[in-house]
Order: sequence, then structure tokens, then C-alpha cells
Amino acid sequence: MTTIPINTRTDVDYGTPLPTSTETITLSIDGVDVTVPKGSSVMRAAATAGVMVPKLCATDSLKSFGSCRLCLVEIDGRKGYPASCTTPVEAGMQVRTQSKKLGDLRRGVMELYISDHPLDCLTCSANGDCELQDMAGAVGLREVRYGYEGENHLDAKKDTSNPYFEFDPAKCIVCQRCVRACEEVQGTFALTVDGRGFASKISPGQMESFMESECVSCGACVQACPTATLIEKTVVDAGTPDYDVVTTCAYCGVGCSFKAEMKGREVVRMTPYKDGMANHGHSCVKGRFAWGYATHKDRITTPMIRKKITDPWTPVSWDEAITYAASEFKRLQSQYGRGSVGAISSSRCTNEETYLMQKLVRAAFGNNNIDTCARVCHSPTGFGLKTTLGESAGTQNFDSVQHADVIVVIGANPTDGHPVFASAMKRRIREGAKLIVIDPRRTDIVRSPHIEASHHLQLRPGTNVAVLNALAHVIVTEGLADDAFALARCEPASYAQWKDFVSKPENSPEALEAETWVPASVVRGAARLYASGGNAAIYYGLGVTEHSQGSTAVLGIANLAMATGNLGRPGVGVNPLRGQNNVQGSCDMGSFPHELPGYRHVLDDSVRALFEGRWNVSLEKEPGLRIPNMFDAALDGSFKGLYLEGEDIAQSDPDTTHVTAALEAMECIVVQDLFLNETAKFAHVFLPGSSFLEKNGTFTNAERRISRVRKVMEPVAGKEDWQVTVALANALGYPMHYNHPSEIMDEIASLTPTFTGVSYARIEELGSIQWPCNDAAPEGTPVMHEQQFVRGKGKFVPTQYVPTTEKVNRKYPLILTTGRILSQYNVGAQTRRTSNVEWHNEDRLEIHPHDAEERGIHEGDQVSVTSRAGETSLRAHITDRVQPGIVYTTFHHPESGANVITTENSDWATNCPEYKVTAVQVSPALKGSEWQERFQSFTSEQLGHLERAVGVRSPKP
Amino acid sequence: MNLNKLIEMANQIGRYHAALPDRAEALTGTAMHIRRFWEPRMRRELLAHIDATGGEGLEPIVIEAIGANRAELQPAQ
Repeated sequence: MTTIPINTRTDVDYGTPLPTSTETITLSIDGVDVTVPKGSSVMRAAATAGVMVPKLCATDSLKSFGSCRLCLVEIDGRKGYPASCTTPVEAGMQVRTQSKKLGDLRRGVMELYISDHPLDCLTCSANGDCELQDMAGAVGLREVRYGYEGENHLDAKKDTSNPYFEFDPAKCIVCQRCVRACEEVQGTFALTVDGRGFASKISPGQMESFMESECVSCGACVQACPTATLIEKTVVDAGTPDYDVVTTCAYCGVGCSFKAEMKGREVVRMTPYKDGMANHGHSCVKGRFAWGYATHKDRITTPMIRKKITDPWTPVSWDEAITYAASEFKRLQSQYGRGSVGAISSSRCTNEETYLMQKLVRAAFGNNNIDTCARVCHSPTGFGLKTTLGESAGTQNFDSVQHADVIVVIGANPTDGHPVFASAMKRRIREGAKLIVIDPRRTDIVRSPHIEASHHLQLRPGTNVAVLNALAHVIVTEGLADDAFALARCEPASYAQWKDFVSKPENSPEALEAETWVPASVVRGAARLYASGGNAAIYYGLGVTEHSQGSTAVLGIANLAMATGNLGRPGVGVNPLRGQNNVQGSCDMGSFPHELPGYRHVLDDSVRALFEGRWNVSLEKEPGLRIPNMFDAALDGSFKGLYLEGEDIAQSDPDTTHVTAALEAMECIVVQDLFLNETAKFAHVFLPGSSFLEKNGTFTNAERRISRVRKVMEPVAGKEDWQVTVALANALGYPMHYNHPSEIMDEIASLTPTFTGVSYARIEELGSIQWPCNDAAPEGTPVMHEQQFVRGKGKFVPTQYVPTTEKVNRKYPLILTTGRILSQYNVGAQTRRTSNVEWHNEDRLEIHPHDAEERGIHEGDQVSVTSRAGETSLRAHITDRVQPGIVYTTFHHPESGANVITTENSDWATNCPEYKVTAVQVSPALKGSEWQERFQSFTSEQLGHLERAVGVRSPKP
Repeated sequence: MNLNKLIEMANQIGRYHAALPDRAEALTGTAMHIRRFWEPRMRRELLAHIDATGGEGLEPIVIEAIGANRAELQPAQ
């Protein structure tokens, strides 16, 4: 039985935003004194006093607009009837929100609105959830004297082109909340008002449909709409929701808070939660709309086993599956040794699940062969920031960007990968912050409506470290460093050593120009701006980490921030943008093979003793295998069994042929997932996973914010993921007993110094918590390293540029770099099973017009992409977004085989793969590659094995 | 394990540390990185390669670093 916490609808719309001023003003509203921040509107002050002034064009996520004239008030000493939304409070102001005259005026306004509005409230999709309806009631509208026969918009055609929401202009009151939301909240500027006066109508793009326009389907317009004009199709179909539960999005590392709005046990819609500290009521197309995968027909709902991957699956009970998996792991350990098995968890898992996975490996398997998908994304962040600053985490909260004067985006594509944070970033840029982008591609953030980078360092992939050194060279040699900060806060000897290193002539922008492709003048301009433009904040992504020098680049970024004093206060910092929802959390939980929870090395006797005492087991002190090492050990015959939860290495990891050969070499692969993913096609045991809607837990986002994941429906296969791991540990002979994930968090808190103040009760109290949360910081830590660095003194590290060994030549003359797109998420297992495919139904190869022309390639042509690792084929998209010599693709669709061509090259410190640099040749192709043919045939064989199993037996309890 | 890959990984670690101005720190750093992040079977295979060939394919800094820290690097049998 699940207890669902039902939130009473206490959300208040104050009408206009909360000002930032700390100064307060007291005024009187209807005879009641109220004190509000200076800069508040009269409308907001009234709402604070509990007096809701009628309104239509105002909502507190948008600046006041003053168009609907419904919120008129009377103010002593003022002439007329000022609009309360646009009138700022003044000390001693006496405001009346109700009078006969005001009532008459408001009814007059409403009468005009309603005279051009369909009177179909009873059958309207927004019935009961419509501000226009509410206001008609609030002002006491009883008649419309103008009749309905005059000119009107009631026959305007609906636009149903967007798969998730519809636009019914017949119901539109042209309050422009949607237009303003698209501008102020999302920053896309896709909507406008076409025409004047009575002819005014909302227009996506230039009178296009929503799907044809630049709309990114973030849902901000739908959220802002006070009528049924913009409404979710799920609400049209199912009706308005009955209750809601606040939870956390399961997509990117922004970790948006959402209200799962429910009808019974079914989600009707997900709406961004206004009090969510990461997203403040905003969302993107994935979190807002792409949740239908949770009930997709492809969900596997029964455990299954098979002896060999050529066998059909056999559906079994949970007990049979768990017992079989445990017996296989025990057999393998007895036959091949204790180190012959391991596990890989995922950033898609909750903190509690990843904690249990590593605990199972360490306590039940008796080794440290646990790794997580952060290996292939942000492992260099952990290494680099721990080495320089002392903690493997970003330094700021997201809101910090609102205090930045200079924003540097390196190797990240926030409008696609972290859209909600990108909107916050763009808002700050529109307010005047300067932007520097370091990226081989011209991403949307480089130039979009009202956004333009001051400097775009369009570097050659693989030369991040050279560019960072060149920036440092300018800062040091031009005397722009903040010596006082660096000498006071960092190790002086390391600072002096670093300055000597970066000052060398070979690190000058001029010397490196030929290598990096970035004109020296651009580097110099960017360095000067970063060092002397005020608060400067660096945001970086996998374009930094997924290189053979990924860790060196992270060290270089931290060096720059320390040298310029851009750490330890709002508006600055080093901010890794984490790809998946729980990258930070899975790393925090000890998911790396060399670290116990809280980033403490397994070699440390005292740390091991702490865990041994609590777990009642002796722990291995040698580090375990990292993911790529597991593959090599599998191929040499010493690694035989793997337990994976939520991770699809056969699609996401580089050099697919190598990965699948390793999978085939193992004797027992246990996959716990929602779907029969690519890896599961090589598995022997399938344990059905539970979606984020079906379980309790926590996620930790990129700003170290721990937020609750709350169960709103029963797991389709009967078990939450943490329960499966518990059952497997017990079957392996290591007892685990938890009644609820909150008990797992209590254990984490008891063993991890940065988490001692964290508990579900405390999260409930505070809404969310940014670790460290302990006696020193009982409410958490939005900004780290304020007084001193976690390691004490910051450490500067010389960062010698070492070119990658993956080089272009005549055979492979182009550099392939990979990335992602807004509508799809990682391996696409979730988003491909939603209508998001309408935006991106295949991975395409971006190629510059010159390179395409040289090869006789036209838009949409099938092309072969060949590297030293393999060959695949994709359709070409010709664009100057990439430079000549560079090609780019995404990896969201397994049949694309993007990772068939990426190589095994990896970061020197962490083995994070070098996804971002692969030398390739591109040529016209008539058909798919051999790999793609094999893939199709293997896939249909495996789906045949599944089809024979599904439906034969239903899951046993 | 794939010996060639281990050699390349060790060389990458060596190349990073070779840039440090303090040679002693570079040697210890190289060896300790391998000690702290390489699973025993990886270290064992690299050490066996050095024993068998004197470190064919390995950069001098790696051979020197491992030689100076051999006891630390040798996994328990």
C-alpha cells in the first residue's frame, strides 16, 4: 500500500515577481497593514496580505504588463484607478481593492472579454482550472450586454500541430502571457502578437503552426495561459487532475521540481513546481511532456532468465530470477575468483539505489568492481576539482548565474542539454552579462534572439587544454591575475609554479593558434574579459571532460578561476553541467571503484574501518575495475559476471564492437531496466526496473541539491529498484534490511561527513538541500569554498597540453565530435518512446558545405562514416554550424551506431572516453554499414526471443 | 588485460606528470596514480611486462617511476 502525500493547492500567484530588494515598505491594503520588499507591486502586496485582486494578464512568473485593466484599485491621493500590477508600493499608501466603482469597471472589462469568448465552460477542457472563468465569478459578471452576434474570433482554427498541447485561438484573450513567457522565462522569442487592435492574434513564428515555428515546446506558454487556449492534450483527453505530488524530473542534471498532477494512479500532466529551487517553475520539453515512456507498451513487467543469449527468454518469478542471478554470481566467483564479477550503476538511479549497488559489490561480492556511467561523462570533473579545490563537485547554485557579469560556456550546449538552466543563463545575458563560448560548433547559445557571445572560440576538437593555457598565459602575462586572492587562498608555491608554466612563450595564444584554430586576438579578448569583467563564472560540459586530456582541462578551468579570484561567492565559480539527473549523486554515493561514499579512497584504512563497522563485513582495499577495464578483463577471460542497473553500455559506451564482444565473453549479465535495452539483448537475467514515478528516493542535481523523488504509482513489475538490489544482496548471502529508502539515506548520512544533516524529514522541511549539510552548514551550502577551499589552500596544477593520439590523416581526414539534442535524452530509451521523436527521429551527420561538396554529398544523403574503430552510416545534414574539417552527430538512436565509430581512447587520469575526437572519413553510401546490417539482424532475433516470453506468463509476486 | 592498452594508459599518466617541474613529484605522482586507480590485475600485468622486457613501449618516466615505487605497486598475491 502506498501512502501518497497530497499537496493541498496552496500555491499563490502573487501576480508580479518578488523583487530582490532587502529594503521593506509598509502600506495599507483595505485597512490592513502589510510590509513587503521595496519594488513590489500593489498587486503583490495585496496578495501577500491575502487579498487577491482580480487579474488576467498578470502572473508572478512574468513582469507586470498592465493590459487587462481588471486589477484596477483606488489609492488615496491618486487620481483615477491605477492598475495594481504596474503600480509600485510606497510607504504609507492607502489602497482599496473593492468598491462599487471598481466592481463596475471590472465587470465592464469582463463583459468585453466574454463577448468574444465561447460560452462552452461546461464542456471546456479547462473547466474548473480557468482564470477567465474564475475572474468572471470574482467580479460578479451576470450578463453580457453586447450579445454575441458581433464580429468575433469564435471560428478561429485550432492548431494541434504540437504533439503535447493544442492552441485554440477562439479562446484567446490576447493577454500575451504566452508571448511574455516565451520571452522572459524561456528566452526563445518564438511567439508574437500579429495585427493590431481587434485583429490582434497570437502567432508562433510568422503565422506558422507551433511545430513549424522556432517553439521549443518548453511549456512555459501553456503554463502561463489563463484560459484553455494553450492546454495539454492529456488534460483535453483525461480532464483536469484531482491532486498532485511534488517530485523531481528524471532527465538532465538540472533536476527540476515538478508536480505530478494525478487522476487516481495516472499522471495527467507534469507541471513545473514554482517552489523548485533549481527551476523556479520552468521546464523543458523532456521533463514537462516526455513522461509517457513510463507506461509505454515496451516496458518489461516480468523478470526473465535464459542460459545463453541465443535462447528465448523465460519469464519467471522475482524469487526465481534473483535466486538464479545470485547463484550464477556465486558460481562465477567460486570458479574464476572473487574479482570476476562486478556492477555498473547509472546516473538515472536514485542516490539510495546507487548507494546500495556499491554496497552490494563491496559487501556481497567482496571487491571494488563497481563503476557508474559518470565514468564516461564527468569522472574527470571529480578528479580535477578534488585535486585543485578539494571537493568533487560544482561550486555554485544555479541562481548564482544571476550575479554573474561574465559567463563562460566551455564544451557545453546548455540550450539543448540543460535547457532550463540555459533559460536562466540567457535571462542574465539579456540583462547585460557578457558571454564567452568555447566550442567547436556554433551552438544556439552563441547567437540566438537577444543573445550574442562577445567571443566565440571555435577551437579544433581536442585542443581545450591548449586554449585554457593560452587564456591563462594572457591573464598572467598581462597582469590580470588576482594575486591577492591566489596568494591568500591558494598554495603560494603552486601558484608561482603555475604562473611560470603558463607564462612560457609556447603557451601564448599566438604560438598555439595553428594548433587550436582560434585566432590569438580572440583568445586575448576572451581572457581580458574573463579576468577583468567583474564576476566571472565558468559552466562546462562533456566537451571538456570527454577527451584524452579531460582531467587536465578540468584542472585548467579550476586554475583560471583561482587565479582570477572567481571562487567563493555568488556570481562566479566552476560549474560542471551534469548530463543526467543524478550524476552528482551517483558519484557522491561511492560508485567509483576507488572510492567509498563521500569521495574517500578505499586505500584509507580508517575510512574502510568506518564502513566495515557499520556494514559488518571486511572490505577489499585494492581499487576495482573501471568500466573500460571491465571490458578488457572480460575479453581476457578474468571478468565473467556483471550486474547493471539503468545503464545501457552497448549503446552509450565507445567502440560498440569492443563493448559487445566483451558482453558476449561474459557468462552472466544481469540487467535491471525499464526496457529491453541494447545491453539487455546480451543479458542472461532481466530484472524489470521501476520508473521515477514508481519509487521513492532522492536525486542530487548539478548544484549538489538533494531533492525527493516521490512515488505516485505502483511499480509495474511489483518492486522498486532499491528493493531488487536488497533482494539480490540477501540472496548472495549478505543481509540487507530496509523498509523505506529514507532508512538508506539515514545510513548514508551516518557514514558521510558532508551528509550528516541530510534526512528525508529535513528535505521535507527545507524543500531540498545542497550538500555539504552538517553541523557547520545545517541548511546546506549553496556556494562552496566561501572562506577557504575544502582542501584548505587551493592547489594550482601545471597543465601541459598533450595532443591526442587520435589524429587525422589522408585516410581519416575529418574530426567527428558527438553531442546531444534538446528533444532526446542520452541513449533515447525514454525519449524515443515519446512523441519527442517528432522533433528528432534519427541521428544525422552534420557536415560543412565545403566538405559535403568535395564529397558529392547533398542534404539528406545517406553517407558512410568510417573511423579506425568501425563504420556506420547516417543521413547528412549540411550546415555551417560545424567548421570545415569537423563533422558532428548525436547518439540517441541505437541503429545509428554513433559509438561504432568512436574509439577506445580515453582520459589519462580516469579512462573517461574521448567521445569528442574521432578521425573519420565520410563518403556517399547506398546502404547501411555491415555493422548496421548485423545490428538489425541481431535485434530482430532478440526481439523474437522476447516476444516468445512476453504474455506467456504474467509476473509472479 | 590488453597489454598495449595498459602501456598506452601508463604512458599517458607519465606524459601528464612529466610536465611537473619537480621531478621527484612527477615520479611519485606517476606511480601513485597507477597505485590508486589501477585494479591489481592491471598492475600485475604491467609489472610482469616490465620484468619480461624491461618496459618495452613504456616511456622512460613510467619505467623510472615504477622502478622507484615497485613495492607499493606490487599487488598482494
